[in-house]
Amino acid sequence: MYQHILLAVDGSENAVRAAKEAVKIASDASLIEMIYVADFEKAKTEVLHAKSSESLMLERKRKIAPIEEVLRSAGKQFKLTILHGTPGPEIVKYANEKKVDLVIIGSRGLNSLQEMVLGSVSHKVMKRVHCPALIVK
Amino acid sequence: MQSLKQQWFGNVRGDILSGIVVALALIPEAIAFSIIAGVDPMVGLYASFSIAVIIAFVGGRPGMISAATGAMALVIVNLVADHGLQYLLAATILTGIIQVLFGVFGIAKLMRFIPNSVMLGFVNALAILIFMAQVPHFLGEGTMTYVFIAITLLIVYILPRFFKAIPAPLIAIVLLTAVTFMFNVELKTIGDLGSITQSLPSFFIPDVPFNLETLSIIFPYALALALVGLMESLMTAQIVDDMTDTKSDKNQEARGQGIANLINGFFGGMAGCAMIGQSIINVKSGGRGRLSALVAGVFLMFLILVLGNVVIDIPMPVLVGIMIMVSIGTFDWGSFKYIAKAPRTDAIVMVATVAVVVYTHNLAIGVVLGVILSALFFVASISKVRIHQDKGVFIVEGPLFFASTQNFIQTIEEAKENHATIDLSSSHLWDESAVGAVVKVVSKLEEQGKTVNVIGMNPASEKLYKQLLNVSVSH
Repeated sequence: MYQHILLAVDGSENAVRAAKEAVKIASDASLIEMIYVADFEKAKTEVLHAKSSESLMLERKRKIAPIEEVLRSAGKQFKLTILHGTPGPEIVKYANEKKVDLVIIGSRGLNSLQEMVLGSVSHKVMKRVHCPALIVK
Repeated sequence: MQSLKQQWFGNVRGDILSGIVVALALIPEAIAFSIIAGVDPMVGLYASFSIAVIIAFVGGRPGMISAATGAMALVIVNLVADHGLQYLLAATILTGIIQVLFGVFGIAKLMRFIPNSVMLGFVNALAILIFMAQVPHFLGEGTMTYVFIAITLLIVYILPRFFKAIPAPLIAIVLLTAVTFMFNVELKTIGDLGSITQSLPSFFIPDVPFNLETLSIIFPYALALALVGLMESLMTAQIVDDMTDTKSDKNQEARGQGIANLINGFFGGMAGCAMIGQSIINVKSGGRGRLSALVAGVFLMFLILVLGNVVIDIPMPVLVGIMIMVSIGTFDWGSFKYIAKAPRTDAIVMVATVAVVVYTHNLAIGVVLGVILSALFFVASISKVRIHQDKGVFIVEGPLFFASTQNFIQTIEEAKENHATIDLSSSHLWDESAVGAVVKVVSKLEEQGKTVNVIGMNPASEKLYKQLLNVSVSH
């Protein structure tokens, strides 16, 4: 049984699909921890475009809302952790540090152009985490 | 907030490594900003050393990098051209004094009044001006100049995709400087525009007459520098706060910027402030603490002492290429979407801020006008009061204050019914004008022999109403 499931989320459709798979896998005793990484590359733009730090927090929470809804309506235990850094490495670091039992991540996120050049975040995460990983198409 | 010990030694390894990376990235910028300002490269390099080191001790945002900046360089162009370096140094000292005062009086709170539309205008205008400052260095300088700029841009944009340990601009500098020597390429170099002194900065008092005339020359510049410096510094602090998920003391940062400029001016440096780009590089490279800024400043000075005579051989086109990269990185490319999607008035404020800065070449004027314009738009938008009327019942929606009472008075005065009810439950009385307006319409209607009922006043409005009415009765 997977006790501690890490669900990597951004605001994409794929993340919602990943959440639906997480619901199928999680038992009532498991904790699904949503990880949202505020990307360093976007920090300047996000801060300048936000009216205040409060509205930036709200903006990020809004992105997670549909995913949270999936978990809530399935009656699963969950929490949200917001990290700051480069998404791939940050997810890997956190998963390995916390020794989670399973990482679930959407196969591709919001930025498809970047993925063409740099490879996908999900691929990097899968290669480097020390636990099983589920990549959701 | 973290303890002072943690702010210094909580991340020693990361801070030393990132400090070195930042020092390498700072050198070309410090030189280029000196050239923009029209002073010797040493003025920007000394400033970057002094400010980075001093801010490490007195700043309010550990992990943030401050040095000579483009924004400040652009403000002082005319001062240097008209009056020379000594007046710039005097202005730098005065800037420091003004910033310390701003910090003491709690400027950080005032920053809340600068809307994000003005901040976006600020960075975009800054990017455009930095780019415009490069144009004279390549226009009509021959084909080789364009080739070197192009190669520089290719290096700084493509190389980091594969290799990140050393900042790409530095690689471009070393590589292309070597190429000019090997193939004897004739290009303008930094040495053609100024000199590099391989010595530490020393203390001296700017050689200006101490009189009112001097003050009247430097004060406008110092005030503009103080504003621009604090704006960019506090904006950068917000970005570093977000990236590191920690808090900072903005008033301490303002005082720190002031202290740094004050001392810096006595050591032959031009006014500076926090740098968005370098601070992001620092955090990305693992810098979090005060030590990172100290290392950046000290290592920069060390490099100049050791390599100063090589620096003058750097070809100008390479530096221009790096500045074009800086300008592209400074520009907020999300602004085009912002213009299309943000509320009309916000978009207008952003564009107006950019336009004013590009026209006046003064970031301070753009910011002040942008803030005024957005304040006016704000008042205009909240002064729209809607009144629904139905058989003598007037439901007032929106706040009542000096700018919004006119419409309220006009509508209700024209009541035809013999009995009028004014429902204020969706409104709020903010000031004397609001209370006066209610009193006015009530008495006007009563004069016409009508009866009036005011209902739904919220507690705060009612308190103000009673308070002000008692005062006016006692007159």
